[in-house]
Amino acid sequence: MTNSKKTSGILSNPTVQSILAALLCIVIGLFVGYIALLIINPKGANTAIITILKNYFTYPSKAAALKYLGNTLVKAAPLLMCALSIQFCYQAGLFNIGAAGQYVAGAGACLYCALALHMPWIICILAAILAGGIFGLIVGLLKSYLNVNEVISGIMLNWIGLYCVNMLLNGVKEVASPYTLHLSAENPSAILPSMGLEKFFSNNKYVTIAVPLAIIIAIIIKIVLSMTVFGYEIRATGIAKDAARYSGMKEKRNLVITLFIGGALAGIGAAFLYLTGYEEWSVTQSSVPSMGFNGIAATFLGGLDPIGTIFASYFIQHITSGGSYLDKNVYPSQISDFISAIIIYLCGFVLIFKLYLNGMLRKREEKKSNDGMAHNGKKQEGGIS
Amino acid sequence: MVLLLQYTLLFASVLILVALGGCFSEHSGVINLGLEGTMVMGALGGALTLKYIAPGTPRIFIVLAVILTSILCGVLYSMLLAVACINLKADQTLVGTALNMLAAAAATVIVKSINMHENPDNVSSTVQYVQTKRALVFNIGSFQFNWFILVALIALIASYIILYKTRFGLRLMACGEHPQAADSVGINVYKMRWAGVLISGALAGVGGIVYITAGVSEWKFEVGVAGFGFLALAVMIFGQWKPFNIGLAALLFGFFRALSNVYSGFGFLANLNIPGTVYNMMPYIISLIVLAFTSSSSRAPKAEGIPYDKGSR
Repeated sequence: MTNSKKTSGILSNPTVQSILAALLCIVIGLFVGYIALLIINPKGANTAIITILKNYFTYPSKAAALKYLGNTLVKAAPLLMCALSIQFCYQAGLFNIGAAGQYVAGAGACLYCALALHMPWIICILAAILAGGIFGLIVGLLKSYLNVNEVISGIMLNWIGLYCVNMLLNGVKEVASPYTLHLSAENPSAILPSMGLEKFFSNNKYVTIAVPLAIIIAIIIKIVLSMTVFGYEIRATGIAKDAARYSGMKEKRNLVITLFIGGALAGIGAAFLYLTGYEEWSVTQSSVPSMGFNGIAATFLGGLDPIGTIFASYFIQHITSGGSYLDKNVYPSQISDFISAIIIYLCGFVLIFKLYLNGMLRKREEKKSNDGMAHNGKKQEGGIS
Repeated sequence: MVLLLQYTLLFASVLILVALGGCFSEHSGVINLGLEGTMVMGALGGALTLKYIAPGTPRIFIVLAVILTSILCGVLYSMLLAVACINLKADQTLVGTALNMLAAAAATVIVKSINMHENPDNVSSTVQYVQTKRALVFNIGSFQFNWFILVALIALIASYIILYKTRFGLRLMACGEHPQAADSVGINVYKMRWAGVLISGALAGVGGIVYITAGVSEWKFEVGVAGFGFLALAVMIFGQWKPFNIGLAALLFGFFRALSNVYSGFGFLANLNIPGTVYNMMPYIISLIVLAFTSSSSRAPKAEGIPYDKGSR
């Protein structure tokens, strides 16, 4: 009896519940993905799902695996920033789907500063912060003062941002290809310093301070949200807007600031990727980069907690990178996007899952106390347990 | 000039269909942000029908088959939203967004798998329907009339009649304004909301196939429908959730979208030397401006976005 009480005690812990819900989402998401693989080609489905899960572990040598672990981390850092952007705004009750566009704006600003103006990396990052922040600010002002739905204005700004950045970077692209100039050749001072981190990853030069910085920013966000007055006001606005205003918080101003910070976070994310030189921007791309949208998956999978989001971002990037190792003539690599999308869809049910779990625990508790009363006939003891 | 008119009407038809879909869903009290994804799914169904149907089939059957499969795909896909948002009371914004991502990923996976199955070297996500697409249009002089324009017009009139002149429509709108009151007089709110979401799925599905057959004979499913589902939502807000206003708003947005297709054909526009990208941006910029001016005096259904719980007051 004591044993079962302990487990129900653990189960009623909100953190445990969040982790449980996230694991459940992952398992179901992978299962649906596996079924899709089976339908496409039943022969290789087992190997395929294992390939997705293994990602860089498919390399036999430890050095190669470490190197590709580095690559996954390089892309997980911007994903984490986008996820934090969405999360920060979600705490204030805003769905920042515009993170994708803020990310694009950040990418445009940092690459323009690096390639056209030949600025050092720190200025490039600041430019990315500012550009992302301004995109967020527009959404915030429209939302606060003109009551424009932030999801719709965010989507519109995603497309506007994409076209603007394509135009802006058209001047610094390579002559023969649609990609922007290589950072290492054009302006090495704009590349983020690595501080010796590459040595841990078999000299993978793309691993820079972006990775630890992203984690530090996640921790700062956690502290701001849970320990400062500003964080409290944001959460209060998210839970009950009218009550927040009634108790003297400037909820409109807070919404605008929240979206500015959210935009800035997504902007830094872009700088964390493009200033490593890992990827170039293609000025002919006709769809908004999926980084901002995958951030939605990461943030909800992480249980809307910055620390949880660190792990969730890594996981989402892990399976996305894993998808690229699939045999391209048998399985489309988008199967990973498919799995992430299923996971987000399932995250919609997390709330009802928790309600159900708590309801079940309460029922069991009641039943137990009733049993206790029946057996012992001592009302007080049963009531206490 | 004829070309501009033709494209304006076509893109306006897309926006009318999808915005009416949003209108039904929101009047019943559910915000359907998954319209974009539903469009992709409808487009996928329609495109595959066009691909596999024999080119010799009578035209009327081709048109009907395409519309029916698109409706079916749209309805089936929007059931995912209905189950999550109506019965399980999930966050409507989150589920809608998830459905958009899911549709883009699923459509790409499906099309790529089909292509690879036919030819292992073909890893593109493109569906071609050059031959059968001709069944969808007929010429009046130099104007190419598309059957879908007629479909959109019928949907517009039918929506007005259904929403304002039938018992079903008025009940549907009651569920979006004050579900508790509706429930108290014996209307099943859950059923009405299901109806609203499924109708929106059907309309968005048709909208999807109209969009991808407008002017092109093949579609790359990796790009989805380029934010058109959200433009339709902007049209719906601009039209203040009323069918005929939506029709007018759609014409305005359709005009700007059409301009990006045909601007090079106009001497004075081409002479301005504005990059084509600016025209591509136009619909989005216009919609932001329009939203800024119309949202503050919004006539949105009062209870939209709030899951209905029988037990709460």
